[in-house]
Amino acid sequence: MSATNAKAAPNPLDALSVDGSGWAGDARSNALTRLRQMGLPTKRDEYWKYTDPTTLTAEDAPKAALFDAGEKQLFDDVERLKVIFVDGVFDAEASDDLSLESVEISRLADTTSADIHWAKPLYGTLETNGQDPVARPLAALNTAMATDGVLLRVTGKVSKPVSLIYRHKSETSDATLHHVIKVEDGGDITLTENGPAAARFNKVMEVDIADGASFHHVRAQGRDHERRAVTHMFARLGAESTFKSFTLTANGVLTRNECVIELTGDDAVATVAGAAVGDGVFHHDDTVFITHDAVNCESRQVFKKVLRNGAVGVFQGKILVKEGAQKTDGYQISQSLLLDDDSQFLAKPELEIYADDVACSHGSTSGAIDEDALFYLQSRGVPLKQAQDLLVLAFLAEALEEIDSEELSDALRQRLEDWLARRSAG
Amino acid sequence: MSLDTEVKDGVDQETVDAVREVGGAYKYGWETEIEMDYAPIGVNEDIVRLISEKNKEPQWMTDWRLEAFARWKLMKEPDWAMVDYPQIDFQEIYYYAAPKSMADKPKSLDDVDPKLLETYKKLGIPLKEQMILAGVEGAEDIPAEGRKVAVDAVFDSVSVGTTFQEELKKAGVIFCSISEAIQEHPELVKKYLGSVVPQSDNFYATLNSAVFSDGSFVYIPPNTKCPMELSTYFRINAENTGQFERTLIIADEGSYVSYLEGCTAPMRDTNQLHAAVVELVILDDAEIKYSTVQNWYPGDEDGKGGIYNFVTKRADCRGKRSKVMWTQVETGSAVTWKYPSCILRGDDSQGEFYSIAIANNLQQADTGTKMVHLGKNTKSRIVSKGISAGKAQNTYRGLVSMHPRAKDSRNYTQCDSLLIGDKCGAHTVPYIEVKNNSSRVEHEATTSKVDDDQLFYCRQRGMDEEEAVALVVNGFCKEVLQALPMEFAMEAQALVAISLEGSVG
Repeated sequence: MSATNAKAAPNPLDALSVDGSGWAGDARSNALTRLRQMGLPTKRDEYWKYTDPTTLTAEDAPKAALFDAGEKQLFDDVERLKVIFVDGVFDAEASDDLSLESVEISRLADTTSADIHWAKPLYGTLETNGQDPVARPLAALNTAMATDGVLLRVTGKVSKPVSLIYRHKSETSDATLHHVIKVEDGGDITLTENGPAAARFNKVMEVDIADGASFHHVRAQGRDHERRAVTHMFARLGAESTFKSFTLTANGVLTRNECVIELTGDDAVATVAGAAVGDGVFHHDDTVFITHDAVNCESRQVFKKVLRNGAVGVFQGKILVKEGAQKTDGYQISQSLLLDDDSQFLAKPELEIYADDVACSHGSTSGAIDEDALFYLQSRGVPLKQAQDLLVLAFLAEALEEIDSEELSDALRQRLEDWLARRSAG
Repeated sequence: MSLDTEVKDGVDQETVDAVREVGGAYKYGWETEIEMDYAPIGVNEDIVRLISEKNKEPQWMTDWRLEAFARWKLMKEPDWAMVDYPQIDFQEIYYYAAPKSMADKPKSLDDVDPKLLETYKKLGIPLKEQMILAGVEGAEDIPAEGRKVAVDAVFDSVSVGTTFQEELKKAGVIFCSISEAIQEHPELVKKYLGSVVPQSDNFYATLNSAVFSDGSFVYIPPNTKCPMELSTYFRINAENTGQFERTLIIADEGSYVSYLEGCTAPMRDTNQLHAAVVELVILDDAEIKYSTVQNWYPGDEDGKGGIYNFVTKRADCRGKRSKVMWTQVETGSAVTWKYPSCILRGDDSQGEFYSIAIANNLQQADTGTKMVHLGKNTKSRIVSKGISAGKAQNTYRGLVSMHPRAKDSRNYTQCDSLLIGDKCGAHTVPYIEVKNNSSRVEHEATTSKVDDDQLFYCRQRGMDEEEAVALVVNGFCKEVLQALPMEFAMEAQALVAISLEGSVG
């Protein structure tokens, strides 16, 4: 660039404008202001050291071919309430009737025109809290731009899981969804999510869990090979509340799942777990940030990855124990099994602790399948491939065990067995 | 001690020292009044040339420094470490300070300023070393007590004396100041200087490359076991002088050396900067053990004063089956920024890192290691023990990287943190990068407080709380203390207790 023409490249954020009407208008404008201050993430950012965000921040979503596995839909045998989104837009026809006892379900797009809504003080609030100490610009982008999503208010124990299903129909779709969930005192809900959603998917879920309430989350991300996703879960836990989240990821060019949890009430328990199996062009990033800001809380992070043919697995997990958060029990384990020499595991498991009466630990391991265990199985007549599959499954099972619901965990286990069967066949 | 005859009002020195220690004052806080030879304050090309000239360096060395300085001017101070300190004005620092009595190098140690020798005495340099340094006639012939240690003492910026030269010479070992090595062994310096830590490696290393005033140089010839442990004492004495030491150790094929580095600094009010560079080159089948006890002035209880310790240390295991072991006990400095690293380039090479970092009062320590596995079948082991007390912040930051070609390699990392008090912080920031599947990497970290049951057990047996904590902490550090050479292990153990004084109760 010549000196006379030395002008900064136009900032794509300058061109953005938000829907300022309705109760979410202010939250959207504020999010855009935040985003402009932070700027979009780049590969040079420490928080994106191991994952290149370029395709997530590019103006247009890179194309993603549709994928039809021709198999039974996940969780089909599970009695549940289905809420369906196609390329990021709610599909009322395909969805079940949204009325269910103990839970109020509405749609972000329908309600924002209303003057007041219970979700108003929450929308963008947990996301804003989660921007400190580490900026999460893509979540701010979501708050600013999202026009659809569900708003769930849980007032008691919900009899069956609410299931968010994301379908992918267009090769160039760029979907943004923002869900807000409020679990009131005594509320208890299981929420499942599955499907690829779009060629590029930016999703934020804000979950506010009141004292004594419970939130269970089980997710299986879409298997479309070329899809990209960046998701954020922001959760705030009250006293004696429970948060449990599990994610299964197989396939996908690029996935970045951020989970930001704040334990604000005493005796709360949070668990975040995940199993990822990657083959070939697969980059999966689990980024977790748990803040202990109350006494006698417990947090668990259990992440397992099986990688082959050049797949890349990333884990960035952090436990922050604030001053005064005594009697904290923080546990974190991240492990990877590399099935060949081309795959990579990159991890940054962090502890930041400002209270002395705590027990925090983290462990991280990486390696190939244990030769001794393989030999043991083979010496007992188990063929090599079967023995390998058995050990891979056993390795992943530790993460699956974090799911409370047996039928959900069985459905995911089946998915993993299918993945292994395809691998053995190929 | 026969040389230590200072007696005040019938009270022996040991009692005086003991009382002073209990009082929580910094044990090694005194200042030697020697006339200093300063370069003008600040840094620019002329200062770089002046330092080079003072050391009577050849032109290639001056050019090397200037090149580094040009790079440094373009660099930005790193801010990623979990440390917080006021902006350093690099133009408000003296970059060269030599004791005046050194303006002409003494012909013999007799010419050394007696006050300088007094300093060593307070530092606890072994008796025989003192006699040799003091130039006592026939000192070389007096049998040394215990193991032999050769000292290359660095007083501020100029290496004042090197002992045991004769014996080392017989073995073919070169142990001298780096300024001497630049003149006497230019071929070795040219070949290896900057080959491990490049001129423009990072902000502080680049500054060091431009303005380093002196340091130590060691060359161990092939198939030689260095006949004694080598030791350097670093002292920062004058106010507002940056200490920019440069150490270069080369272990040629099949050789072995154990190197001790111990540091204490006198009490000062203004913060002082220390930015050293240590380079280790290890060839086929060679081994270097590098041990450090760092006990610089940490600042007072209110965080006033203290040393800024921004150090780059790196070992290059260039040869097959080469081995390096870093052991450090870091109890001093207001701010520590230090990551002794191992580049495991040669097949079957090994790197080890054992560390105790203690931060009390308002100290901040951000320290750890890097293990970069490049060669096949390389092994590394990291054992880090961090202790935080008072309002201190202690961070372990490390990298374990298995490159695609580093087949069948192995790493084991253990970082444990101990918290004493509810106002301090302990942090762990490891980076793990695995790029092949035949390697195994294991990382474990825990954070906890001093166990109440253990404390109760000790108290029950009549120990006071401070003693009990010191005992438990020493137990916590055991694995690292055991990795230290004998001379340091004893001192380190005492230091652990001293550093934690006043942190309980």
